Amino acid sequence: MDQNNLLVMEHINKRFPGVVALKDVHFSLKAGEIHALLGENGAGKSTLIKVLTGVEHMDEGTVAMNGSHISIKSPLEAQKHGISTVYQEVNLCPHLTVAENIYVGREPLKFGRIDWKEINRRSRELLKGFDLDIDVTKQLDNYSVAIQQMIAIARAVDVKAKILILDEPTSSLSNTEVSKLFDIMNMLKKQGLGIVFVTHFLDQVYEVTDRITVLRNGEYVGTYHTAKLPKVELIGKMIGKEYEALANDSRSAVESNAGEEYLRLEEAGTDNISGVSFCLRRGQVSGFSGLLGSGRSEIAKLIFGADKMNSGKLFVENKEVHIKDPLDAIRSDIAFCSENRKKEGIIGELTIRENIIIALQAKRGLRKAIRYSEAQKLADHFIKELGIKTPSADQKIKNLSGGNQQKVLLARWLATDPKLLILDEPTRGIDIGAKAEIQKIVMKLAKDGMSCVFISSEMEEMLRCCSRMFVLRDKEIVAELTGDKINEAYIMNCIAGEGESKS
Amino acid sequence: MKKLKDRMEFRPLLSLIIILLICGILSGGSFFKISVVEGHLYGRLLDILRNGSKYMILAIGMTMVLATGGTDISVGSVMAISGALACSIVDQRILMGLNGNVFAAIILALGAGALCGAWNGFLVAKLKVQPIVATLILMTAGRGIAQLIADGKIVTITSDAYYYISGGYILGLPFPMYIAAFMLILSLIMTKKTAFGLAVESIGVNSESARLAGIKVERNLWMIYVFCGVCAALAGLIESAGIKGADCNNCGLMIEMDGILAVAIGGTSLSGGRFSLISSIIGALVVQTITTMILAFGVAPEVIRVFKALIVIVVCLAQSPAFMAKMKGLFDKKRMVAQG
Repeated sequence: MDQNNLLVMEHINKRFPGVVALKDVHFSLKAGEIHALLGENGAGKSTLIKVLTGVEHMDEGTVAMNGSHISIKSPLEAQKHGISTVYQEVNLCPHLTVAENIYVGREPLKFGRIDWKEINRRSRELLKGFDLDIDVTKQLDNYSVAIQQMIAIARAVDVKAKILILDEPTSSLSNTEVSKLFDIMNMLKKQGLGIVFVTHFLDQVYEVTDRITVLRNGEYVGTYHTAKLPKVELIGKMIGKEYEALANDSRSAVESNAGEEYLRLEEAGTDNISGVSFCLRRGQVSGFSGLLGSGRSEIAKLIFGADKMNSGKLFVENKEVHIKDPLDAIRSDIAFCSENRKKEGIIGELTIRENIIIALQAKRGLRKAIRYSEAQKLADHFIKELGIKTPSADQKIKNLSGGNQQKVLLARWLATDPKLLILDEPTRGIDIGAKAEIQKIVMKLAKDGMSCVFISSEMEEMLRCCSRMFVLRDKEIVAELTGDKINEAYIMNCIAGEGESKS
Repeated sequence: MKKLKDRMEFRPLLSLIIILLICGILSGGSFFKISVVEGHLYGRLLDILRNGSKYMILAIGMTMVLATGGTDISVGSVMAISGALACSIVDQRILMGLNGNVFAAIILALGAGALCGAWNGFLVAKLKVQPIVATLILMTAGRGIAQLIADGKIVTITSDAYYYISGGYILGLPFPMYIAAFMLILSLIMTKKTAFGLAVESIGVNSESARLAGIKVERNLWMIYVFCGVCAALAGLIESAGIKGADCNNCGLMIEMDGILAVAIGGTSLSGGRFSLISSIIGALVVQTITTMILAFGVAPEVIRVFKALIVIVVCLAQSPAFMAKMKGLFDKKRMVAQG
């Protein structure tokens, strides 16, 4: 191994009750390097990072920085060693100002009092280095997630970091924002920082990283130079099974014939969107594509009654129905997986079993509780059917990895036996293996006659899954595409406003 | 089945047993003595059960409210309203047409409790006022309402039927115990046999997720506050029957804190989520046992509060896993030093 390693972790072992999370894992990081840490959900990436940042304690193993052994017992100690982390969900305080967020806990003092002028001045300067010219005295939540992320990184770097860990920083960013982030990463790399980059987007891995370390099921698979490892091989290493088999599955469902109309909207609207008209068919996956904020999620929430419909009409099987709240939608056999898994999906403290049955319970009415034996049977069925990785249905859902949480939510809705399933970003932030599985499930459901709505930012999976595509721009449906017209170039044109207008 | 040690009821039960044992040892066993007088059972333990009934009933309602992530600090005032209303009717000061009918008085008092709960529920569920602020309104205004009902006086009554609520005996056991047991069974059926318990917990953990999973959050919240109001009214009846009258200024004064304490000792998180009614009942018994213990050992009045606070601190620390882990670590270290 090279001598100029900034960080060396060797023989790391970590066990949780019932699971071995890390088994003899190695990881090394050089100064001035961007190092991708890859693996499926549950592979141990998060655990490794938690060990490095002092959130969890390893059972065995050694950590050395600049050649000398260190022990990290708490996040504070990690920071003292110059290890800074930016997590997937921005963990700043939304109600404090930008400057306060950057300096909270280490405010410069003047005569024993906090020197606000100095804080604001330094913050402005710091952010200028990141090419951000914003009002640092404004509340953080005035700014987009992307900018918040930049601010989080700025804060992380400003605490004299030697190692910067970016845990899925790009999952909520647009393409231009991502490239800006990469510029910053490259800049920091030149300054000699070692950057650990955790992501699910393999294209991004090839765009910025120098080396890749792959974990699988808590075991160390290997460390590779990015330039020397073809993507297909990388995927093979990550999921450990024949990627080809999954890839060949594409477009099989797309060709299937659509059935009769299931749901129709006429000039429907909520507080967030208006004048929406379209129809969804049985046995078909319909996609809604468009940029973030183009109205994709708003339409999903409109159908499901999550946002109250205040104009227009909604027909299910040609009968007009009034959906006032989600329960009405559920009783009309509609199901909806929100894009915000944590805030609008899982009920963290409850068990997998309870999370699965809750919608079915609501559909049947609360008067009579679903019996334990039936609930257990349902849970076991879906754990097996969807391949949810858990020791038992008694686990709290918050202890599962993102992909498995998503599967539980999918199970919650499948348990209600819906005729229309709306999935908003069902594969965001989850690994390729689980992603392919979820896509497969959706296509199979459509084949069996269900009407599905699929919303995703990833064009590739939209193309693979959808046989009808609605393109949105500025909260308006600008095109409805079928057949050959569903191709990337054409859709991009529509989104950009150069394609056909709605016929 | 979960192991006994992992159940929510384990720690509070252990606390209760330890406190009782300490009482027993300090009193040389007389604390546990139960005698039979005229077919009724008497003794400290019976006192705890009888006097603890109103805490138990309050704790049942409070548990549900706390499990949704809310709180209800108006229960003491609701008790005062309920007592004032019932006593005023029985004493024929208001609603003379009822002729002081005790049964009607009870029904109306419980109805008033439900109304108070509905008001709290309206503020919390519909208007989305923070629960502590919402119920603070009734906490302050409630005593005023009670005063209005009682016309600013302390209402004393003479009605054996009404006294029975607190002083009655069935099969040698005090009547309030049966009321508490009835409320416990009712609430257990409500939360276990129906899916109401699941709804309460899911609202407490993540109300937006619960709403999107088809739970009617507003309606359920509303029902919970109404139920809590009824529990408080019931406790108010027991209290006023015990003192044979309604004292609007002192009835249930600061009792909301004891109610919340009972639930906290029971282990239900005040930020919402998992709850156990049985645990809260045990918590209520712990609170009452401490009070009875203080009375039994004749602790000087000026140090009662300090004494109570000390016991509560110990009980709460024993509930904290972090604290217990630290203590355990300390002991292990000592042992290692001793061995080394």
